[in-house]
Amino acid sequence: MEIIKRKEKDIMVISVKGRMDAVTSPLFEKDMTDLISKGEKTFIINFSKLEYISSAGLRSILATAKQLKEKEGKILFAELVGPVQEVFKIAGFYSIFQAYDTEEAAISQL
Amino acid sequence: MHVLSTIRLPAKLDNLYKFMGVVSHCAKEQGFTQKSIYDIELVMEEALVNIFNYAYKGKTGDVEVICFIDNDRRFIVDIIDSGVPFNVLSHKQPDLTSDISEREIGGLGVFLMKKLTDDIQYRRENDKNILSLVVSKDK
Repeated sequence: MEIIKRKEKDIMVISVKGRMDAVTSPLFEKDMTDLISKGEKTFIINFSKLEYISSAGLRSILATAKQLKEKEGKILFAELVGPVQEVFKIAGFYSIFQAYDTEEAAISQL
Repeated sequence: MHVLSTIRLPAKLDNLYKFMGVVSHCAKEQGFTQKSIYDIELVMEEALVNIFNYAYKGKTGDVEVICFIDNDRRFIVDIIDSGVPFNVLSHKQPDLTSDISEREIGGLGVFLMKKLTDDIQYRRENDKNILSLVVSKDK
């Protein structure tokens, strides 16, 4: 898993590449926790390069979202594809998160 | 029923990719699609991580993973541990409608396992937990 971070105005755009599984997801969660504790409040997570996600990955996303909710922050998702999209659907994540077809569309919502 | 591979390793997270690698390789050799292989890997991860975390209650133990192909070209993965009796399938279904603060992740792994397999069975035999996952080729 590779995490690429970019700041666009006051939005943190996070691109996750590879696999979010039981081995790698704690690293994602730690990175997000660090950013939140530094005061970042608005996140767009771009999953266009994410090939795989398991419940461990979903758990780390949910933990991040819970932290952000306490701080009145926001997390949006962009460019989910293939099996990752299906796992999001099965897990009912579309009912708690907003996801957009493109990163630009997500940014325009903020 | 034809055995394709057997792998037995200590039940710990460090071995996750080894288990998955062997099984994915078998599925690939049998001509399974990328999507089916994805499902097999995901279901295996959920089952294995559960065993790594809970089966041996802090003690060490092994997990054995056996892949088969049956006469109907269905891919079967048996995941076997000698830990405490535990039927992972008995976990209650998660509430998929609650909001972020109330949403719980417990049970989601099992829910994914049930959704992404054609069949999944648990049995306790000779002091072992045996979880049998079935994924058919034309999924």
